[in-house]
Amino acid sequence: METKNKKPGAAAPVLRAVLPNTAHPSQVIRESDAISKLSFFIFGLGNLLNRQIGRGLILLAIEVGYIAYMAAFGVAAMGNFFTLGTTLQEEVWSDELGIFVYTDGDNSMLCMLYGVITIVLTVVVIAVAYMSMKSAYCTQKRKERGMHIPTFRDDLRSLLEENIHGLLMAFPSVGILAFTIVPLVFMILIAFTSYDRDHQPPGNLFDWVGLSNFAQLFSGGSKLAATFWPVLGWTLIWAVCATFSNFILGMLLALLINRKGTRIKGFWRFVFVLSIAVPQFVTLLSMSTIFNANGPVNVMLRAIGLIGATESVPFFTDATTAKITIIGINMWIGIPYTMLSTTGILQNIPVELYEAARIDGARPPTIFRKITLPYMMFVMTPTLITSFTGNINNFNVIYLLTGGGPDSLDYYFAGKTDLLITWLYRLTITQKDYNLGSVIGIMTFIVLAITSLLTYHQTGAYKDEGAFQ
Amino acid sequence: MKQRRMISNVLCHVLLAVLGFIWVLPIFYVILTAFREETGSYKSYIFPKGYTLDNFINLINTSNSMIDFKRWFLNTLIIAIFSTIIAAFFTICVAYCMSRLRFRLRKPFMNLAMILGMFPGFMSMIAVYYILKGLGFLETGLLKQVALVLVYSGGAGLGFYIAKGFLDTIPKAIDEAAYIDGATKWQTLIHITLPLSKPIITYTLLTAFMGPWVDYIFAKVIMGSDNQYYTIAIGLWTMLQKEYIETYYTQFYAGCVLISIPISILFVLTQKYYVEGVSGAVKG
Repeated sequence: METKNKKPGAAAPVLRAVLPNTAHPSQVIRESDAISKLSFFIFGLGNLLNRQIGRGLILLAIEVGYIAYMAAFGVAAMGNFFTLGTTLQEEVWSDELGIFVYTDGDNSMLCMLYGVITIVLTVVVIAVAYMSMKSAYCTQKRKERGMHIPTFRDDLRSLLEENIHGLLMAFPSVGILAFTIVPLVFMILIAFTSYDRDHQPPGNLFDWVGLSNFAQLFSGGSKLAATFWPVLGWTLIWAVCATFSNFILGMLLALLINRKGTRIKGFWRFVFVLSIAVPQFVTLLSMSTIFNANGPVNVMLRAIGLIGATESVPFFTDATTAKITIIGINMWIGIPYTMLSTTGILQNIPVELYEAARIDGARPPTIFRKITLPYMMFVMTPTLITSFTGNINNFNVIYLLTGGGPDSLDYYFAGKTDLLITWLYRLTITQKDYNLGSVIGIMTFIVLAITSLLTYHQTGAYKDEGAFQ
Repeated sequence: MKQRRMISNVLCHVLLAVLGFIWVLPIFYVILTAFREETGSYKSYIFPKGYTLDNFINLINTSNSMIDFKRWFLNTLIIAIFSTIIAAFFTICVAYCMSRLRFRLRKPFMNLAMILGMFPGFMSMIAVYYILKGLGFLETGLLKQVALVLVYSGGAGLGFYIAKGFLDTIPKAIDEAAYIDGATKWQTLIHITLPLSKPIITYTLLTAFMGPWVDYIFAKVIMGSDNQYYTIAIGLWTMLQKEYIETYYTQFYAGCVLISIPISILFVLTQKYYVEGVSGAVKG
C-alpha cells in the first residue's frame, strides 16, 4: 500500500517529543541534574539561576507561603488532626463576672477540618514541587541543546497557547477541590470516628475509632444492621422499578403516539409534556397533598362509593401502599420524559428494517422485540445507567412525598420508604449521627460504583460502538 | 381487515384519552385550587364553591417574617443569576479542555470526575456546611446567600459531559485551519469555538439558572430556619407545614402556578437548545 501524502500537522508530534516539557515524570527524575533536583526542595531555583526571574519568584513565593502557613498554623493543625483535640470544654466559675463561663476546649470537628485542609494543601504543594523540578529540568535541557530559554513574557504568552489548559482549568479545579474533594475526604474520614449525637463538638470531643462503625453496620444483631439491609433492599427495588417502569412504559407511550393510525399526534404529545414543564418539587408537593388522607383522591373515591364516607386509602401511611404510590407518582413524572426523548430516537430507526421484517411476515410484537427494543436499548443504555444511579440518589421524590415514613420502630431512625440517601439525611441533619451517615454514604457509593461498572461493561454501546451505524 | 384496524385505532385513542386525563388531572387540580375562594386546607369536594384572584394577591402582599413570597422570589433570582455566571463559566472551560485539548492530566481528570459523581452529592454537602460555618460564612443571612451561590457553582466543573459531547462534534479541521492561519489556541477558542457553541452555551446557562429554582435540599441545609433568606422551593415547602397549611393552602397553589410559568418557559427553551446541541454544531 502506498503511503498517503503527509498532512502538514503530521510533523508536529515528532517535534513535540523533542521538547523537554512533554517528558515523562520518570524521565524528568532520571535526567535532572543537581540543580534541577534541588529545585524540588527550593522552588524555582533552577529558573532563578537561569534568569527566569518571574517564574522562579512565583514558585519561590508559593514555597515561602506554605512554610509560613505550616509554621504559624499547619504543624499544630496536623498534631490536632491525629488526636482530634484533647482539652474538653469546661464550666468554670468566674469571680469577676459572678457566673459560670465556658473555657474554650478543643473542637474535634475543626481539628479534623483544618487537618484535612492542611493535608490537601500539602499535596498541592508537593505537586508544585514537582512542577518546580520539571520547570528547572526543561530549562536545563533547553540550555544543553542551545535552545531559547523562555522569558516571563513567553511564559505568560504560553498560557494562551500550549498551556491554555492550565489557564482554563485553574478556577474550575479550585472550585472542585474546595467544594467537592475536601468535603468528601472530610466526610469519608468522619466514618472512622465517633462523631455521633453523644460526641458533639464544641461541648464534647470525638475520636478515631477505626472500623467499628462499619463493624456495627455488618454485625448481625445490631439495630443498625437490621435497618441497613431492608433499606438497601428497598433502595435497589425502587431504583429498578422506577427506572424500568419509566423506560418501558414511556417507550410504549411514544410508540402509541407515533403509530400510523393515531390522529392529532401533536396534541397528545402536548398533553403529556405539560407535566414536565411543572417544576418537579411543585409536582411532588402537590402530589403529597393530592394523595393525603383527606386529599382530593380520597374525596373522589368516597364520592364514587369505592370506600366508606369516613374511610381513606392509606396512600402514604401504610408501608406497602406508600411504596406503590411513590412508584406510581414517579411514573407520572418520568414517563413523559422518556416519551419525549424516545420519540426522536424512534423516528431515527431505519424504515428499511421494518419493511424487511414485514415482508418476512413478522407480526408487530415480534418487530418490537427484535428491532425496536434492541435498537432502543443500544441507544438508551447510557441514559438508563444515569437514571438508575439518579434514582438511587433520588432524594426529592421520597423526601417531599413521604419524608421516608411511615416510621418503623424496628428501624434505626428510618421509615419504611426511606432510601439510603434520605436515611443519610435523617441520620445527619435530624439525628446528628454523622459517623453513621458517613458510613451510609460510603456504602451508597459502593453500590453505585458496582452497578455502574457491571452494567456499563455489559452494554452494546461499550462493546460494539458501530452496531447500528 | 379494515374493520380490525378501525377497532384498534379506536382502542388506541381511548387509551390515550384515559392516560391524557390522568396526566392532566393533577395540573388541573393545582390550577383550580389556586383560584379557590374558600380558604383552609382539605375539602370534602373537588370543585371549588367560588373562584377568586385573592390567593395570588394575598400571596404577593404577604410579607411577614415567616412567609414572604416576593422576597423568596428575589432571593432565588439573585442566587440563580450569580451561580449561573460562575457555573456556566466553569463548565464551558472544563468541557473545552476535555474536548479540544490533549494534555497529560486529561484522562485522570475525567476518571476522577466519574468517581466523584458516584458519591451522593448530599454527603459532601454536610461537610461543605461545616467548612462554610468554620470560615464564618453562616453568620448572617447575606453570607448564607453567598455560601449558597458557592455551593451551586463550586463543583460545576464536574458537570462537563453534555457540553463536551457537543464540542466533540465541531470538526477538528476547523481548529487546525485556524492554527495554520497563525491563530493562537486562545484566539481559536474565542473567535471560532465559542461562536460555534452558542446552543450549548445557552443550554448550560439555562440549566445552571434553573438549578436554584428547583433545588430543595442544599438550600434547606444552608438556610436552616432563616425564613427571610429562603429560596422559592423551601419557601413553598414551608407553607405546607402543619402551622401554616390551614392559612396558606390555597396560596401555596397560587405560588406553584406563579412559579411554574417562568420555569416552564425556561424548560421549553432548554429543550430547544438541548436538541440543537446534541444534533451537532456544524451541519454537514
